[in-house]
Amino acid sequence: MDIVLVGLNHKTAPVHIRECLAFPGEEIPKALVRLVQNLAISEALMLSTCNRVEVLAAGPCASDATGAIKEFLAREKSLKLKDFEDSLYVCESDEACRHLFRVTSSLDSMIVGEPQILGQVKESYRQATLAKTTGVILNKLMHRGFSVAKRIRKETGIGDHAVSVSYAAVELAKKIFDDLLGRKVLLVGAGEMAELAVEHLINHRAKDIFVANRTFERAVALARRFSGTPVQFSEIGRVLTTVDIVISSTGSPDIVINKEMAKAAMKARKNRPLFFIDIAVPRDVDPQINRLENAYVYDIDDLSGIVEKNLSERMKEAARAEGIVDEAVLTYREWFSSLDVVPTIKALKDKMDAIRLAETKKSLAGLKELSEEQLAAIDRLTESIVNKALHDPIQFLKGSGHREGKKRDYIGITRDMFKLD
Amino acid sequence: MEGMLILALSCYVTGSAGYVGYLLAHKEAAHTFGHAFFLAGVLCHTLVLGISFAVTGHLPVENLRESLGFLAWAVALVFVAFQARYNLKVLGALAGPVVFVALIISLALPPEAHAEPELLKSIWMFFHISAIFLGDGAFVLAALVGGIYLLQERAIKSKSHGFFFQRLPSLQRLDSMGYALVAFGFPLLTIGMITGFIYAQTVWGRWWSWDPKEVWSLVTWLIYAALLHGRMVKGWQGRRTAIIALIGLFVVLFTFLGVNLLLPGHHGQFAIF
Repeated sequence: MDIVLVGLNHKTAPVHIRECLAFPGEEIPKALVRLVQNLAISEALMLSTCNRVEVLAAGPCASDATGAIKEFLAREKSLKLKDFEDSLYVCESDEACRHLFRVTSSLDSMIVGEPQILGQVKESYRQATLAKTTGVILNKLMHRGFSVAKRIRKETGIGDHAVSVSYAAVELAKKIFDDLLGRKVLLVGAGEMAELAVEHLINHRAKDIFVANRTFERAVALARRFSGTPVQFSEIGRVLTTVDIVISSTGSPDIVINKEMAKAAMKARKNRPLFFIDIAVPRDVDPQINRLENAYVYDIDDLSGIVEKNLSERMKEAARAEGIVDEAVLTYREWFSSLDVVPTIKALKDKMDAIRLAETKKSLAGLKELSEEQLAAIDRLTESIVNKALHDPIQFLKGSGHREGKKRDYIGITRDMFKLD
Repeated sequence: MEGMLILALSCYVTGSAGYVGYLLAHKEAAHTFGHAFFLAGVLCHTLVLGISFAVTGHLPVENLRESLGFLAWAVALVFVAFQARYNLKVLGALAGPVVFVALIISLALPPEAHAEPELLKSIWMFFHISAIFLGDGAFVLAALVGGIYLLQERAIKSKSHGFFFQRLPSLQRLDSMGYALVAFGFPLLTIGMITGFIYAQTVWGRWWSWDPKEVWSLVTWLIYAALLHGRMVKGWQGRRTAIIALIGLFVVLFTFLGVNLLLPGHHGQFAIF
């Protein structure tokens, strides 16, 4: 029995190939059922996201399983294998485990450390269990993968610090205001990045969103989206006295918020901190405002600088995470090789014998003045009870060798049932 | 007594090592470890002072050795109390060393008493000393918090997100803790000064005698009164108040030490060594 992984991702395949091979979530269980009908595949699971399509499988022979998966992908998607075979990578046994662990821990992601991938892997595992195409080998592998991902997130800084401009803005706001609960936000202009930043702020419990736009209708439409208040462009000065965070992203060639406006606002708001996030190019907010007491201005370059720095920080943490992955691959291999009949029988016997000895010792403590002969008789008695009790299960395990496909399942169940790991 | 004081000092030092470890490595466990030791240090130190009070019948401020040790205790006590509320984990890395260094200096000073113990035994004196010292403890911490505020503010304004930016808390939290410390210290200073006047009246028959320490206490009081007024009425906050808190610390230290060492007056004997 061996584990293989066949797939392609954003590094090996351009988007026009990835989109041809992508599987919609609802199709996956049925496709998996068709895949395991092939005798070369005993267990299978499929991960399909916008950045990758991967099939993880266990089968009696690695090369047969690989061939079966390639053929399966071509058939399911009605493609010619040679059209996409160059983009595929194939990993076997330890390498397949390592790849899965790295994907689950977000070490293989386009943005290293992004947290969505873990959820996507969990979802694909759920689909495979729905289709009942996983067994003892992949179940164990997936659970190991989830715990590796959890450990890496906890022990390394791989998920720390924002790596997108809009999120970096939120993190900065938290360094100024601590809690964003109830903070008021003014959005000037519109734009994907600016709107995303507003959404992040709302997720962090900011409320009362004001939206200003040169065309008032657009302000009204955007304000409705954030359940906020539209304001006239000329009212910005007045709104500055009440809001805490200003996100500006207009197409204006000139400065929209000048130093005098900010100065007046700071006076009216009694010096309460005011944070300007200027995403626009050319800039909307006079950079001189950053010199005013309790006013902070960050422009797009400042934010990109933070993102770049955080990304390189993540790369360092990723190196530490690789060590954790290596460790997990090793322990999985240990478990995998224990899935043989002989080590399992030995572990079972050892466990029963340990119980027998411990219990005998306990009982003998209360039974004093037994002769050597009587002690020997008790020893023989308990030993033969254990041997008789284990005889049938052991024969069953040995016999299961003839049913190769089921053997690992039975061994896995035995190991779980008696807690031999 | 000496032994217990050394024990308290070792706890402070170990605790501070934990706090500094937290600042450098950002590991929660280091802070928990440090804080446990620091709390043990405060407990031990309190016991020492309590026993001393029970034996002599007055607070231990007979000379600079005792006064400085008492101030270290006041800083430590106010620190753990405010830490429980504000959970400003990085503060320990500054406050801890301040406490143990003050205690080490105090232990290195000669133990001869200079003040007349009988003068210290009045109930007014008890309130006068404990209120002033606790108030000073709060002002010392307010200055430390102000210093941290200025570091963090500079990191944010200059957009250099290095060592401090990652580790230091938000400006908002620093500012409100600084405010709370001054708001706690100021009434204590006021009570301490009033009880001092009453005491002077009972002993020397006059409320005010232009003693340098009295004059400088008034200066301290005016500085913190201005700071609180600015905060409450004019909406001062942030950088400006942090700087005033730092200036306040220098005046507090001068009132505590400098006046005794450099200028004559009836408070002199408490700080002679």
